[in-house]
Amino acid sequence: MEQTLFGIMMYFVAMFTIGGIYAIIVLGLNMHWGVSGLFNAGIAGFFAIGAYTTAILTTPTSPKHLGGFDLPVWLGMLGSMVTAGIVAYGVGRICLRLRADYLAIATIGIAEIFRLVLKNETWMTNGTRGITNVPRPFEDFATPWSQIAFLGVVILVVAATYFIVERALDAPWGRVMRAIRENDTAAEAAGKNVVRFRLQAFVFGAMFMGLGGAMTAHAFKFIGPEATEPLLTTFLVWVMLIIGGSGNNRGAILGAIVVWAIWSMTQLVTGFLPPDWAVRASLLRVFLVGLLLQVMLQNFSGGLIPEKSPKIGDRQKQTPAP
Amino acid sequence: MLEFINFYLLPGLVLGCIYTLGAIGVSLLFGIMRFAHFAHGDMMTLGAYLALAVVAVTGWPTITAIPLAMLGTAAAAIFIDRFAYRPFRASPTIIIVIASFGVALMVRSVIQIGWGLEIESYATGIQRPLIFFDSLRLSKNHIQILVSTVLLVTAMHYFLSRTKTGKAMRAMSDDPDLARITGIDTERVVTWTWIIGAGLAAAAGVFVGMDTQLNTFMGWNLLLPVFAAAILGGIGRPYGAIAGGMVIGLAEELSTYPWITDAPLLSPGYKTGVAFGIMIILLIWRPSGLFRGRVF
Amino acid sequence: MTLLEATGMTGGYGEMDILDSVHMSVDKGEIVSIIGPNGAGKSTAMKAIFGIVHLRQGRVIFDGDDITNAATQTQVQRGMAYVPQERNIFPNLSVHENLEMGAFSRNDDITASLDHVYELFPPLREKMRQPAGELSGGQRQMVAIGRALMVTPKLLMLDEPTAGLSPKFMAEIFDRIIAVNSTGIGILMVEQNARQALEISHRGYVLATGRNRFTDAGANLLANEEVTKSFLGG
Repeated sequence: MEQTLFGIMMYFVAMFTIGGIYAIIVLGLNMHWGVSGLFNAGIAGFFAIGAYTTAILTTPTSPKHLGGFDLPVWLGMLGSMVTAGIVAYGVGRICLRLRADYLAIATIGIAEIFRLVLKNETWMTNGTRGITNVPRPFEDFATPWSQIAFLGVVILVVAATYFIVERALDAPWGRVMRAIRENDTAAEAAGKNVVRFRLQAFVFGAMFMGLGGAMTAHAFKFIGPEATEPLLTTFLVWVMLIIGGSGNNRGAILGAIVVWAIWSMTQLVTGFLPPDWAVRASLLRVFLVGLLLQVMLQNFSGGLIPEKSPKIGDRQKQTPAP
Repeated sequence: MLEFINFYLLPGLVLGCIYTLGAIGVSLLFGIMRFAHFAHGDMMTLGAYLALAVVAVTGWPTITAIPLAMLGTAAAAIFIDRFAYRPFRASPTIIIVIASFGVALMVRSVIQIGWGLEIESYATGIQRPLIFFDSLRLSKNHIQILVSTVLLVTAMHYFLSRTKTGKAMRAMSDDPDLARITGIDTERVVTWTWIIGAGLAAAAGVFVGMDTQLNTFMGWNLLLPVFAAAILGGIGRPYGAIAGGMVIGLAEELSTYPWITDAPLLSPGYKTGVAFGIMIILLIWRPSGLFRGRVF
Repeated sequence: MTLLEATGMTGGYGEMDILDSVHMSVDKGEIVSIIGPNGAGKSTAMKAIFGIVHLRQGRVIFDGDDITNAATQTQVQRGMAYVPQERNIFPNLSVHENLEMGAFSRNDDITASLDHVYELFPPLREKMRQPAGELSGGQRQMVAIGRALMVTPKLLMLDEPTAGLSPKFMAEIFDRIIAVNSTGIGILMVEQNARQALEISHRGYVLATGRNRFTDAGANLLANEEVTKSFLGG
């Protein structure tokens, strides 16, 4: 009995850990899509860059891949954000002037090229075998405490991310971004450098996607190219944002937790089925997530917590944007 | 020289045919419905598996199963359009793109539930290539693919240039608002666009299965090169898509030929990256495509 | 006999009303012009009649039927044709195909109509196989009007048919409009070249800020000092 309880507790710890990591990525996507209207369909690419950067920076030296440099975990995570940001700057410089669909296609293409590089450049990434021995903070603790402490780290990072993006959105910068999303020609006419603002938002959001990737590598103590499959990263993150409420950071976090809970709990259920059925049931799960997305898009396009539209009264108080 | 033709040029042409058939649909759908159809790759997969079912049940040669696979896929596309895309006709483009992303996943999981995750193939055993002039090796499958593609593209050309509905499709691709004002039945045009687009995608899927094998990710993996071909040819220009498909198919295969030294020009692991690379360069330098399609 | 009768038209795009209780009518076989300054709601009034702009209030009666806010496709089938000011041809379709598209809603033989259009606009016959997008501005306008005539309309609505044309082409288009009208087709047009438009019109409406300002016979409007001073540039 006690063991079952313990198992259930550990299950929830794991669920919230991964759900929390997703929340970081969804907050990044909300910066792109919800706030700035940038259709980034290459989330997996920035995720992968973040994950591999921290893996290379923090693992002990290994002949199998570049490095490792044995740096502390926080430095690895910082490095992931910086690398993802730099790459996003490069990608953004060339892609952001594309129309939405084209941007989506271009970002998917770039993400796939990253994946090819990670698979093929064995000297750097150990190819399809991936990078092992990625350190996890508090991994030396005894079993429940190690996982719980790491969950604490995740919650802290989610809270910090939330705080930062909320501040950015309440600042004049966030209002300019929203204005650009609603009507870029009008914003341009009002003297805003639309391209520069979009680039800033793109880099900003991508840094959190990189951070999410880094946290994932630490959580599993391993990163391989399969972890960057578009299904589990790009698509699921999009579903989370749409279901949670695009444009609203709380919605983004809620969407991440809810969708991940559904996703992982159905996994739990399929675990009890005979193997043949389990495979089919897990496929059915993908179908149901697609269906859920359809239902949400058709009936509740605002998501669970829709974006707050600024009230007329608030507008009086706003200071003019620079 | 013969090695070049047998192992690089011919496979390039075959791949080009496959991309062409996919890209025509993407291009037409983009022109008429104004969105990038992310489920197009999985339409190809569906076509390939429907043909597999026909072959399994009837024992016919694969090539004769194509018309049925095309019909089935077209019917599925019309059904999907009715329930998953039509509600978003008046919504911002992005919503329908996201919806198509979800549809891609749903179609794939239906295929996986129905046929399982194992790799399948139409015919067992090794097929001997036909040998011409002592050394020109042509497999029967390749001949069938090349000939069928020519037939399908010719039929499409006839449809677009001679029939009222085909002309209306081109008109709507030119200007949907004007098409509506003119009194063109736009929903009928949309239905036909799905029939053509999904039908050709199904044929392309069967060809992939004939050329290699079937797996449930085959279409998804083809999606980006197909988009690349459509963009290269100019969005909304089905004839440009033919050129785009051929260029991308040949570029992929020829990129691994030892052009300069004895080593392949590009490591085969990066072969699929060629299409993405061309596409991204194109999006940046010439978003209207080589043949000046529409830029939205 | 009244062909079109629009009364109390109020509406516009989204929340904003552009038209304020506008009325307008066209009799059978009549040429009617709508003139007025920019932003007066001329094009909007025409689009509202055709059903592209939503009317909050008011009624549009065409040929005895209430067609207020009806779907465009049914408007065309009822015998109403509309030529927008811009983007009024299919550039990648040949001239001939453009005309065929005009007859999309018809299921009968269209050769007589095609001949009629080619007789009306002889330059089009020479260029029938060329993509319409390659034609000159005046010829494109001919394609657009020809396309609209292919539905054998009772009422032809033209939004600034001579905009951006040289004086020579302008005169030719007006001449062709008279020719179309002589076959019994009613014509409602919005025109910036107000003087020339009123000269060939039976009646004219002067709109300003979304309201009717003057309504009179074309010649009378040209003779009206207030109209010439305020709306025809003196």
